[in-house]
Amino acid sequence: MTVETSAPTADPSTASLGDLAIDARGLVKNFDDFRAVDGVDLQVRTGSIFGILGPNGAGKTTILRMLLGIIEPDLGRRIILGSENPLKVAQHVGYLPEERGLYPGMKAFEAIAFMGALRGLPLKEGRRRARSLMEEQGLGYAMERQIRQLSKGMAQTVQLLGTIVHQPRLIVLDEPFSGLDALNQQKLERMIRAQADAGVTVIFSTHVIAHAERLCEEIAIIAGGKVPFHGKVETARDRLRPQVRLETRDLDGPWRAALPVGTLPDGHYWHFTLPDIGVEPLLRALIEGNAGILSLSIERPGLHDAFVAIAGEAAAAELARERDEKIL
Amino acid sequence: MKRLILASWVIARRDFVAVIFSKSFIFFLLGPFFPILIGLAAGGVGSQVAKDINQPIIAIVMAQPETGALITAHHALADQLGSSSMPILEPLADRDRDDAGVSQLLNQGNGGKNYIGVLSGSLDHPHFTATSADIQRWQGTVRLILQHARDGQAKSVLLTLTNVKASDGARNTSRLVTAQLSQMILFLLTMLLAGMVLSNLVEEKTNKIIEILAASVPIDAIFLGKLFAMLGMAFIGISVWFGAGAMAVLMTGAHLPVLATPAVGWPLFFVLAIAYFNMAYLLLGSLFLGIGGMASSVREVQTLSMPVTMAQLLFFFLASFAVTKTGEPIEIFAVLFPFSSPFAMLARAAQEVALWPHVLALLWQVMWTGLIIRIGARLFRRNVLKSGRMRARRRGVLARLFKRNRPV
Repeated sequence: MTVETSAPTADPSTASLGDLAIDARGLVKNFDDFRAVDGVDLQVRTGSIFGILGPNGAGKTTILRMLLGIIEPDLGRRIILGSENPLKVAQHVGYLPEERGLYPGMKAFEAIAFMGALRGLPLKEGRRRARSLMEEQGLGYAMERQIRQLSKGMAQTVQLLGTIVHQPRLIVLDEPFSGLDALNQQKLERMIRAQADAGVTVIFSTHVIAHAERLCEEIAIIAGGKVPFHGKVETARDRLRPQVRLETRDLDGPWRAALPVGTLPDGHYWHFTLPDIGVEPLLRALIEGNAGILSLSIERPGLHDAFVAIAGEAAAAELARERDEKIL
Repeated sequence: MKRLILASWVIARRDFVAVIFSKSFIFFLLGPFFPILIGLAAGGVGSQVAKDINQPIIAIVMAQPETGALITAHHALADQLGSSSMPILEPLADRDRDDAGVSQLLNQGNGGKNYIGVLSGSLDHPHFTATSADIQRWQGTVRLILQHARDGQAKSVLLTLTNVKASDGARNTSRLVTAQLSQMILFLLTMLLAGMVLSNLVEEKTNKIIEILAASVPIDAIFLGKLFAMLGMAFIGISVWFGAGAMAVLMTGAHLPVLATPAVGWPLFFVLAIAYFNMAYLLLGSLFLGIGGMASSVREVQTLSMPVTMAQLLFFFLASFAVTKTGEPIEIFAVLFPFSSPFAMLARAAQEVALWPHVLALLWQVMWTGLIIRIGARLFRRNVLKSGRMRARRRGVLARLFKRNRPV
């Protein structure tokens, strides 16, 4: 698999500063001798769903924490909802951290209202909205229960509701799908889409590519604290050439000159990247060369393939390891 | 500023409600009563023991008329000097008059009378037998009794008594007692209550809520909110304890020792005492909160609590040492040093009339509280709120406290 070489850049020219919910430039963060984030640029358009993809330890959480003002970058600047100080616009931001946390002794609806109150929502209104949100999610029966009495999935939903109770303009979710079963993942995807439909900007980090592929308009791929790709999902996919899977009756002939140099047969099958000449010249060469085509398919690479290619071999190995762990 | 106050209020309200409505709060309220009960019980036993020890018995081995004269003189002197300062005299039979008998009287072993001495011979030639320590202690009293027994009834001298309302000597000594006692109460309350702040951020850190708090409100607001929540809880505790104490006094009709009126007068003294308690609590609390914030577990907090208590004691000793040295450099240092300042200033309120030093001191203490909160919040943000591969996590609390990020 080959990756087109082009400079990994965001394309801020497509959006003016006023259209950007997040505009971060040259963010750098060191922890002692370790550079966790190394000159990251991020531009997130208002009202879009933006994914930050990367393997564990790539620097996703550190970037999000810098965007939120939990930690200060060593270098670079970030403008969140028009402000250089994220805490100044905290009442318009909702945040679901990777490590979920709630006060175990609090009642579910109180926990949601408390999270709203932290963002400036009056407690009374917060309680009203909390009850309403819990009813909407079918959790009305658990409203008065203490957090410690809820299942992990329910507690996670409560925290997510606490993230949106104050009706923020920007929602930041750090690995929101981790720990959720398939049904709850689908529910969460619906919630994210609903928020975006309402004009809210959603930015989330994940190492599960499928979620980003389904939800995001734009992504940034993080690897080793850098951003090797930032742009539309389609653009990421287009970086990889389509893959050809060809089955022929004969194994040799003049038609083989149309195949990329070094392509070897696997039985009667041939796997290769679509050559620069394109599909039609390839087909013509195969037919005219009397290759005896039994089957031919051209597969467009998915985001997963693009991610693996972009993030590099090390990131792929990390991802495979995580996937194996998940299966186990 | 408004946002800081509002955010602090949200944090304080949550913490206050969580503490007040927890089951452990009942034990917190009852806590101080246990040592009082134990103290009362131990005090009762102790006073009985002390009474036994302080009322020594001296055996009288003399002829019957002389013994009678001695007893009469003893009663007369006890009326004038108080019975507690006199030994008990116990007449014995003639058979014990010889030296061997006297020695046997003083060493009867278990079940004996525990005489500390024997007065034998006659009024003209008395003989007091006791250990050298008891001879040194009681020979004067024994001589006095003998003298009165020989001279007949003690002659009473007419002493004209004139009362004055106060004297400088009496006033200063009494105010010193007021100063020391109020300082002690302030210290005990602060030590009991401010140390609890040490573990206040552990819950947020172990429950991972700190991320949400830090993303929503300034860290200063978290610190401030937590401090004021605990201060509110402390006031509830103090109200309950003092209320219970007042009820106990009313119900038992016990007489409390009357303290000298402080130099600034009782009403203002109470106001200043409350203000200085607030400041002592906030100053020490903010320091402890900052230190406790660096701890990553309950175990670390427990480890820290001992040196923190020692530090509190040092601050108190400093203020306590300076209480009799008003205006001297050591007292001025105790007043200026922020952690001993509330204690030293309360003692001043008991002894000095001037009010302006209190205004300045309170402002000084408020400034330091703000500064310590700010420093604590910065240290917390720098050293605790980190993600990624933090080497610092493996370091000790002190290393984290003083560690600096390397510049890029």
